Amino acid sequence: MSKDNKILEELTSKDYEHGWSVNLEADEAPIGLNEDIIRWISAKKEEPEWLLEWRLKAFNNWLTMTEPVWANVHYPKIDLQGLRYYSAPKKSNKPKSLDEIDPELLQIYERLGINLNEQKRLQGIAVDAVLDSVSVGTTFKETLSKLGIIFCSFSEAVHEHPELVKKYLGSVVPMTDNYYAALNSAVFSDGSFCYIPSGVRCPMELSTYFRINAANTGQFERTLIVADEGSYVSYLEGCTAPKRDENQLHAAVVEIYAAKNAEVKYSTVQNWYPGDKSGKGGIYNFVTKRGICAGDHSKISWTQVETGSAVTWKYPSCILKGDYSIGEFYSVAVTNNYQQADTGTKMIHIGKNTRSRIVSKGISAGKSQNSYRGQVQVMKRASNARNFSQCDSLLMGDRCGAHTFPYIDIQNPTAKVEHEATTSKIGEDQLFYCNQRGISTEDAVALIVNGYAKEVLNQLPMEFAVEAQKLLALTLEGSVG
Amino acid sequence: MTTTSKNKILDTILSQVSGKPSFMDMRNSSIESLQRTGLPAIKDEEYKFTSITKKLENSISDFSVAKKTNLDSDLVKSHVFEGFEGDLVVFNNGFFETELSSLSNKGYVLSLISESNPKLLGKIAFSEKDPFVALNNISFEDGIYIKVPKNQKVEKPIMFFFLNQSNEGQVIQPRILIEVEDNAEVTFLEDSISLDDNVYFSNTVTEIKVGQNSQVHYNRLQNEGKNAISVNNTETDIHRDAVFTSVVISLSGDMVRNNLSLNLLDSGCEGNMYGLYLLNGKTHVDNHTNVDHTKPHAQSNELYKGVLADSSRGVFNGKIFVRQDAQKTNAFQQNNNILLSEDAIVNTKPQLEIWADDVKCSHGCTTGQLDEEALFYLRARGLGKEQAKGMLLYAFTGEVMDHIADEAFQNHIVSIVQNRLGSNF
Repeated sequence: MSKDNKILEELTSKDYEHGWSVNLEADEAPIGLNEDIIRWISAKKEEPEWLLEWRLKAFNNWLTMTEPVWANVHYPKIDLQGLRYYSAPKKSNKPKSLDEIDPELLQIYERLGINLNEQKRLQGIAVDAVLDSVSVGTTFKETLSKLGIIFCSFSEAVHEHPELVKKYLGSVVPMTDNYYAALNSAVFSDGSFCYIPSGVRCPMELSTYFRINAANTGQFERTLIVADEGSYVSYLEGCTAPKRDENQLHAAVVEIYAAKNAEVKYSTVQNWYPGDKSGKGGIYNFVTKRGICAGDHSKISWTQVETGSAVTWKYPSCILKGDYSIGEFYSVAVTNNYQQADTGTKMIHIGKNTRSRIVSKGISAGKSQNSYRGQVQVMKRASNARNFSQCDSLLMGDRCGAHTFPYIDIQNPTAKVEHEATTSKIGEDQLFYCNQRGISTEDAVALIVNGYAKEVLNQLPMEFAVEAQKLLALTLEGSVG
Repeated sequence: MTTTSKNKILDTILSQVSGKPSFMDMRNSSIESLQRTGLPAIKDEEYKFTSITKKLENSISDFSVAKKTNLDSDLVKSHVFEGFEGDLVVFNNGFFETELSSLSNKGYVLSLISESNPKLLGKIAFSEKDPFVALNNISFEDGIYIKVPKNQKVEKPIMFFFLNQSNEGQVIQPRILIEVEDNAEVTFLEDSISLDDNVYFSNTVTEIKVGQNSQVHYNRLQNEGKNAISVNNTETDIHRDAVFTSVVISLSGDMVRNNLSLNLLDSGCEGNMYGLYLLNGKTHVDNHTNVDHTKPHAQSNELYKGVLADSSRGVFNGKIFVRQDAQKTNAFQQNNNILLSEDAIVNTKPQLEIWADDVKCSHGCTTGQLDEEALFYLRARGLGKEQAKGMLLYAFTGEVMDHIADEAFQNHIVSIVQNRLGSNF
């Protein structure tokens, strides 16, 4: 037992690897939130009138809303007036090519292991990196544009493809959707926009990397992915933030639109700064992610590995509107120390013969609280809908908690819905078995946990799977209580 | 909207309390609690799918307490199921009827709450548990207190027999307090009969203490009239090495809400919950169960099954809490539903909240329809479609009915269910 405690101690005292910040000169909005700030942001980004109006409308809606309290997370009230809503690294005036990007910025991404340089060609990933609020540079733009694929920062899309942005912005997550989505709609700074034209299979993984660098800023990025008829795209998102004592807010919105026969695969590895071991600091991650399978035979698949953030509040959902459409959700959520996660999914079956699958694996250690909250809804006309949900929890240590809140609402007699959940710890017999065969306790735990999460990790693209496995091992080695 | 009607219901109830000076402490604190919370609105998470307050506003015209109705022993007898052997505790619109009851008093002591003033009253079912507990706390007129002394085994089952009929007022508020001391054993049956199809609102609170090493089996049949609205709060405290088993069979009514809560207070105790809801018409049945594991080495099992026809609605919410001290807990929960019609709705939420690491907890939940292949198998062997369907549904429901403790009661329920399934609802 003492050995376990030692390992646990080592682990919990392990520092956050990405906890460094670089002194970049930043172009910042004044602190506070009001209509003027929104006008300021919009003017800064040279946005068209209709977008400013949209933002103001969202802001006015937001004013009438109240912060949601139903989630199983506890945190002090956030002073939204004490935040800075726009922060841009100063020297980023529309780089034409990578050579023009501030070398210091590139260095940041290199330290993160995100290499914007042509090395990425070998890995075949196109990256759109977002630092604080501004999209820094997009790789592989030309290769993609030959196929008609648009992959650029959101602000660029607003200028160059206003008709597409106008059509799809807010179509999946309306500005009135919830408190944080409304806030995001009002103040969103940048993000990625991606459009895959009809019949195109995107030849590479598209990727966005988010990082919060400046202090006292909220990051409000907005991602919009539109997959036209018969197209396919796999999209990756990664996040980190430097260590800071105060809590930082991250309220993003991701919208996915899948037309007939289209398929979108969205993978996230979230590693925001979780706070130190006494629960101080860390990111509040309040994210709205939703996809709509608008056309028949379309498919949206969410895969997430959540290891960071002090508080996570995130429910990537699928609206299965088209007949024969498919929604998938694979999640591994790890919490340690004082982290709190309330995450899960919503599968809303509207079309006929729609199918959904939910696999959620929660791992809680330290003094953390990990909740799965999911909803499977089968509407009246959704004949032959099929759902299978599995949500397992693994507890390490006797100070943590695992909670499951699945809502299952069925209005059609032909639906087949199954939900299954288990809670357990790593068995002493399992550890003993490994030890007996010469595997150390630490390695045994990593082995067992990797096996436990395998079903989800298998869904990740290669490059991400490696990172995710490393993250898991880092958080879990020896955490057996 | 809610505020006005909350006041309307509350005002009526408060005006009735003034005349009764008993249990004033409990009543006052419940009034405070209820004034704070109000009756549940649709926004309340616990009543999200069951808009009972709205139902009451729309259906109940007279919120005053229903008076006793005219009963005689022949009428009572005619409603008791065949083969019943045991003690009969008759309630007339929620009021205990000594004359009509048949009590052997063997192995237990039955008294009126107003006479015996039991200390336990309101201690297990306190007002914060549920607004309807508070409501009952405030306005129940009298109830019964059953005490099973130490080392007693009550041989014959005790049946609570509720005969209801709205009669100058539509609110019926029975109250039962059961205290089973250590090493005792007792079986309770409960049956509710509506004497006509009129609307009434019955709000029952049952408090049960299961002492160390005791065994209590509580079997409840809900087969009331099609306009009956009923809320039942059953609160149990289960002590060391004791076993408590509850079976709830819901077959009819307008809107039925059952809150069943098991507090496993010490190690070695066991809680079992079985439920069946077999619904048709517009019946709406909501089962909320709550198991709280507070100490190590306890276990709980739960199985609820539902068959829903026509435009009926079944709601299930099972909560399992495993507190930090409750290591080595085993907790299992299962909810299966079969939907037979396009207008039927199922809302289910099996909920686990766990703070201890060395536990085995699982829950499963399915919603579907009858297995086509099983149907085909039976039909290939010469059974008609309806007959085959009935047979499969009977097998599905049988798993719950197997747990009914008293054989005669079980036979009675099985025959009702078989009749229902045979006539294809």
